[in-house]
Amino acid sequence: MSIDKETVGKIARLARIKVTEDDKEVLAGELTNILTMIEELNAVDTKGVEPMTSVVQMQLHERADEVTDGGIPEKILKNAPEETAGFFVVPKVVE
Amino acid sequence: MTALLKGETGDWEMVIGLEVHAQVLTKSKLFSGASAEFGGAPNTHVSPVDAGMPGMLPVINKECVKKAVMTGLGLNAKINNVSVFERKNYFYPDLPQGYQISQYQHPIVGEGSIEIDLPDGSVKVVGIERLHLEQDAGKSLHDQHPQKSYVDLNRSGNPLMEIVSKPDMRSPEEAGAYVTKLRAIVRYLGTCDGNMDEGSMRCDVNVSVRKPGAELGTRCEIKNVNSVRFVQQAIEFEARRQIEIIEGGGVIKQETRLFDTSNGTTRSMRSKEDAHDYRYFPDPDLLPLTVEDGFIEDIRKTMPELPDAKKQRFMDEYGLSHQDASVLIGERERGDFFEKVAKGHDAKLASNWVLSELLGALHKAEKDLKDSPVTAEQLGELIGLIEDDTISGRIAKEVFAEMFGTGKNAGDIVEARGLKQVTDTGEIEKIVDAVLAENPDKIEQYKGGKDKLFGFFVGQVMKKSGGKANPGMVNDLLKKKLEA
Repeated sequence: MSIDKETVGKIARLARIKVTEDDKEVLAGELTNILTMIEELNAVDTKGVEPMTSVVQMQLHERADEVTDGGIPEKILKNAPEETAGFFVVPKVVE
Repeated sequence: MTALLKGETGDWEMVIGLEVHAQVLTKSKLFSGASAEFGGAPNTHVSPVDAGMPGMLPVINKECVKKAVMTGLGLNAKINNVSVFERKNYFYPDLPQGYQISQYQHPIVGEGSIEIDLPDGSVKVVGIERLHLEQDAGKSLHDQHPQKSYVDLNRSGNPLMEIVSKPDMRSPEEAGAYVTKLRAIVRYLGTCDGNMDEGSMRCDVNVSVRKPGAELGTRCEIKNVNSVRFVQQAIEFEARRQIEIIEGGGVIKQETRLFDTSNGTTRSMRSKEDAHDYRYFPDPDLLPLTVEDGFIEDIRKTMPELPDAKKQRFMDEYGLSHQDASVLIGERERGDFFEKVAKGHDAKLASNWVLSELLGALHKAEKDLKDSPVTAEQLGELIGLIEDDTISGRIAKEVFAEMFGTGKNAGDIVEARGLKQVTDTGEIEKIVDAVLAENPDKIEQYKGGKDKLFGFFVGQVMKKSGGKANPGMVNDLLKKKLEA
């Protein structure tokens, strides 16, 4: 599978990462290499093999329904770019 | 109950499917220990997990799993022993992780169905496509500042069940009945409080139109419609909009639209093309969720009687009409209240008093049943007084009004105000004679053929007795004397 410059631009936009035109060219090549390498796995016949989700046999960890966290707005807001009256303040986003 | 819409080129059929987001009733969030309670000062119900801090790991709340399974059972649906959490990626300031943890290809609950009760008394089965667990996003406020948005993450990470119906509904009434029944089921189960005002139940409505029997048309999705009435208005408007476009030679574009509650219209959300490229993939922080058959069966054993079973039982056991039973089972508390009133009394009388008198008075006073000034036991006592002829139905209404206003017992009010029905023949006869003596002209007219005057005589006697004379006895006596 080959990734072109346009696809790199789309992925970057969706991830909100700024990528220059020059870098797009380079990244397209690198991503294509990565995908080509992974495609080699397709050669393996996995018919009837359950997907492995963990290297050790583990169950999903669960917790009881108790309130054990929160009540720390000052910590939560500590790296807010801007705050007012306990809210995060961000550039206006209206759809 | 397919309601067809008339267009210029003939009849059109609406095809409606609903996605309902119901917040799981828990103390804490789906993947963190912060409070899931509605409200609170901004950003106080937030843990570092909900704020999307790097390095934080989600740990699932067992209660959410239990309640999702229970809801699935309530929807007569298949519970999947293995389900998978995936990341739905999109960018928005109230989604600090940059992705919503949701279930995509492998939801916890698969296909099911519920019965909906329609206004004409008929019942229709609506299919359920799936139910999955996912996180809620935070809340953005756009009206506080001209250039800025304010973000409160209290809701971020709250547990939601997304319940997706099949496109089985054909009219706004059916969609309304579906939401109403779904709400009743989750409230009976205690898996969601069903509070639409506080957003613990929200609907996305999918609407398309077609000529009856034709292929499905292109659908539009109307986001976040938050009451049964708005769901119906949105469908009505959207269907007409689509018909106008098609009949005008246009084509429906699949898109997401918003419902404007101020004027009952929908408008396009003008989303960017990329907005729906969510790039789902399994969340590497979470192993697949497994629920064993034993766990499911244990939950099944704790299930309360559900609305449809209760409705059937009310019809079989108490002989109530489908209509009355449907209203009584609408809320679990209402059904319980009725059963308490009916205990040891005539069930139809009890049903009438709960439905028309009590619910009517509560509605007028803008009160909930749980705040009723008249308890079920008190209403039962009042009905007992009617049954043993201590008071007439008319006097009972008077007594009820006083009970509702003061919270006093029926017997005490009847005693204090001397409202006991007069059933002594001699006494009633005296009043009847007096009324007849006062109206010799009317007797002439009656005998001359004006039958309707009989009601006048009854009214006069009842009035003279202060409403206390037994109406049946008054009728009999009057008839005897007038025909004599």
